[in-house]
Amino acid sequence: MVAQNIFFGIITAIVVISALRMVTTRNIVHAALYLVAVLAGLGALYILLTAEFVATTQVLVYIGAVMVLFLFGIMLTKAPLGNVMKMTGTQWPIAAGVAVLIGGVTVYSVIDRFGSDRLVTDGPIFRTADVSDEVFSTYIIPFEAISVLLLAALIGAIVLARKD
Amino acid sequence: MLLNQFLILGAFLFAVGVYGVLARRNGVMVLMSIELMLNAVNINLVVFGVQHGVVSGQAFALFVIAVAAAEVGVGLAIVLLLYRNRTSIDVEDFDLMRG
Amino acid sequence: MWMLENAFIIPLIPTISFVVILLFGKRFLGTDRVHLVGITALGLVWVLSAVAAFQWTQRVEDPPPDAVVHVEAHADDHSDDHSDEHGDDHAVVSEGKLSDEHGGGHSTPLIRPVISTFSHWWSNGGIEFAVGTLVDGQTVLLLIVVASISLLVHIYSTEYVKGDSRYIHYYAFLSLFTAAMLFFVMAQNIIQLIVGWELVGVCSFVLIGHWWEEKPNTDAALKAFLTNRVGDIGLIIGMIVLWGTFQTFDIDAINTLISANPDAHHFALLVAACCLMAAVASKSGQFPLHTWLPDAMAGPTPVSALIHAATMVVAGVYMIARLYPVFYEGLSVGTSSINLMAFIGGFTALIGAALAFAQWDIKKVLAYSTVSQLGYMVMALGVGAWTAAIFHLFTHAFFKACLFLGAGSVSHAAHHTFDMREMGGLKKVMPHTYRTFVISSLALAGIFPFAGFWSKDEILLGSLVGQKNGYPLMLVFGCAVAFMTAAYMTRVIWYTFHGEFRGHGHPHESPKAMTVPLWILAGMAVLAGAFNLPGPVLEPIGLEGLAHRIQTYAEPSVYLSGLGLSHPDPSLSMALIGLALAISGIVVTYLYYWRRVGLHGLTERNRYAKNGYTLLENKYYLDHLYNDVVVQTIKRPIANWANRFNQNVLDGAVNTAGETARDTGRWIYKWIDQGAIDGSVNAAARGADSSGESLRVIQSGKVQNYGQLLFGSAAVLAIVFVIVV
Repeated sequence: MVAQNIFFGIITAIVVISALRMVTTRNIVHAALYLVAVLAGLGALYILLTAEFVATTQVLVYIGAVMVLFLFGIMLTKAPLGNVMKMTGTQWPIAAGVAVLIGGVTVYSVIDRFGSDRLVTDGPIFRTADVSDEVFSTYIIPFEAISVLLLAALIGAIVLARKD
Repeated sequence: MLLNQFLILGAFLFAVGVYGVLARRNGVMVLMSIELMLNAVNINLVVFGVQHGVVSGQAFALFVIAVAAAEVGVGLAIVLLLYRNRTSIDVEDFDLMRG
Repeated sequence: MWMLENAFIIPLIPTISFVVILLFGKRFLGTDRVHLVGITALGLVWVLSAVAAFQWTQRVEDPPPDAVVHVEAHADDHSDDHSDEHGDDHAVVSEGKLSDEHGGGHSTPLIRPVISTFSHWWSNGGIEFAVGTLVDGQTVLLLIVVASISLLVHIYSTEYVKGDSRYIHYYAFLSLFTAAMLFFVMAQNIIQLIVGWELVGVCSFVLIGHWWEEKPNTDAALKAFLTNRVGDIGLIIGMIVLWGTFQTFDIDAINTLISANPDAHHFALLVAACCLMAAVASKSGQFPLHTWLPDAMAGPTPVSALIHAATMVVAGVYMIARLYPVFYEGLSVGTSSINLMAFIGGFTALIGAALAFAQWDIKKVLAYSTVSQLGYMVMALGVGAWTAAIFHLFTHAFFKACLFLGAGSVSHAAHHTFDMREMGGLKKVMPHTYRTFVISSLALAGIFPFAGFWSKDEILLGSLVGQKNGYPLMLVFGCAVAFMTAAYMTRVIWYTFHGEFRGHGHPHESPKAMTVPLWILAGMAVLAGAFNLPGPVLEPIGLEGLAHRIQTYAEPSVYLSGLGLSHPDPSLSMALIGLALAISGIVVTYLYYWRRVGLHGLTERNRYAKNGYTLLENKYYLDHLYNDVVVQTIKRPIANWANRFNQNVLDGAVNTAGETARDTGRWIYKWIDQGAIDGSVNAAARGADSSGESLRVIQSGKVQNYGQLLFGSAAVLAIVFVIVV
């Protein structure tokens, strides 16, 4: 239990710092790399929560695929690399206020509702096979819908981005 | 471990994501912040799945990841199109709807 | 038994053929060779169906231990469970059946169908949607019918639609139709039934409208499709009711449940059966939804033969037979001699036969004849003569397909007309067509020893003896139709093949690709009756072991055992009466046309006869009823009412309001407007201007500002909820 808490602390520290740096850094490539750190940290948290397949998917899809897409997006839009003063807009105080408001109310209600509930650690452990059973039986229709959505997104992205 | 540890982390990441969406000027950065928000949701899904001993949480986390991938694809295509038409992806430059 | 367990291969073959023809037909084969794909596929289907049929007979003759259900358990159940009269009936009949049929032998082994479930399509909320096949005698019988007729139609079509601009599509959809029909007959659950049902409907729509350049054809296709939609609503509701009652989609489970306990859920079954009956009425052309079937003759003739005579239109009959416990228990009204199903069928048979007299289009005569014969089948099912209905379905498919293909052959020869007034005298120039047409007509009329005689006789017998002490009214209907059928077919033969040629051009016999299928079908029209000959006929020649083959093999007695059906003993007198009626029908018509005796010109002289004829010519005005009355009563009053409302109420109100407003306006202008209002309006405008000026700031056009407002207000709302709740 202690070891888990220690790991949680380390991972959370990494995630929190990286997330904050990601939205404050002036270098867009750095921001992308901080995002990688956040996503990897979350992947580690999933393993801590015994959700190994989600963790694997997180690494494969986010760090492997989505991040590459982002880096391509950065390059293709010829974003100025290096330190740029304009990365944050002039209205950042309002944004910060809104964010604090939302974060505050969420954190408050979470604490209010769950107080000091302990995480159930002796529950069933779901292996990848269980997840796949669930996805391909109970959630087969959402699964099919997702595949259609991905197809639509694929076609949409091509239609939007192609040069006529 | 407390359940709240994870929920508060999720809430924090969501708030950071909101800040990023609202404050960053670069279109790609906005999309990255949206990813942050989606991941905050995923933490909640997984941790509640563990709490209730059901596998649905993980299943939905996977669905969210798939939706996020689709969203990034289309979002980046839109940003690229904007860049091609306006040679800028600074969201503050787009104010055609100004009253 | 391999073929029975893997029966899914049979519909798979034409599906592949459909895809191959549609996608690769033009490029790799050339337009004029695509039929080879279809014919090969259908040949394979035919062989596999034959194998399946053979294996099924093996299963019945020598059942594996797991396939047998013993009947005593069922019979005992009923006599214990039900002390009322109804229950007693069951017990008595069940025992009678046992001792009757097998010479006092022990139990009849009831053979369970071969059910293979491959996987679950999907599951949702704990309901599992399975996909699989259910193969029993009834299924293999239909497999044979569909495969045979589809194969012959494929061959026939090579000549009939030769050079058509949509040759590829024609063959592709023939394949798809065959696949859908095969899929339908081996459906394992009612969802699959619906899927197959709709698929054949779509194929029918496409093929009726094959020559869509002409408006009547597209109209006919639409009419067929829409009329079928009306019934499909019933189908879906009925299936939902069935599911709600039994919590399963499985046909086997539903039938077994009802068969085990026929009196439970009577009301739910009544609702389900009535809804499903609407579907049957639309697909199988039963009164009052039969009107699309004659119009469907706008499609190519081979299509009419395959879809609108032999196979698709019997889908409704097949569904009744498949879910027979549902219909039989649901629609049986106590012990009275009126069963809704029997009445609809009998009435349809009668009006269809009457309509066939007033048509000049040879295909429409045959179409109404089909309506009439389908009514016969439904009637047979209604009176409890399951085997007779399926037997008639079997024989009818062959001779009616033959008649349609014969009509197509005539039209092919006579410049693509179907009007009998432009034919006549074709007997000499088209000997093959003539002979096959006559053979099939005799079979349809029910003349000994052609196929129709045996099946029709069984239906009449069924309604004579039937269940619950017979259905005298149905017997009257059946006899009348037997007479009329013989008469109108004689009329068709007279107008088409005898007398003087009234058309133009030089008619000629059709090529071999058309006459060979005709002869095969004519052969079946002679022989098909042999599959269910009654025992007494065969005893003298020592073949009584071959009696009642369809009854033995096709009847799903495992489902029917609980319903208390019996098989009537063959009756020579009934057969003679039926035969006499048919022959008298032929003779009367013969005298009328050939010998010119009888009341010629009656319709011109007698007012009542003329009115009757006009009624028939206008098909009982049903089309008018649907188009003019039903549609117009819905459409016109709404339009009228809307118009009147518009003219009187709205206009009046507007006018009055306008005048009042004008008068008050003058007064107000003078006293209030100039003084009080103007000042305040100006003040309001200034207020709006300044507030707009200040609110303009948030309409920055920048998406992030909107985002800030959105998230900010969401957060505020969340805070409100947190505080309040």
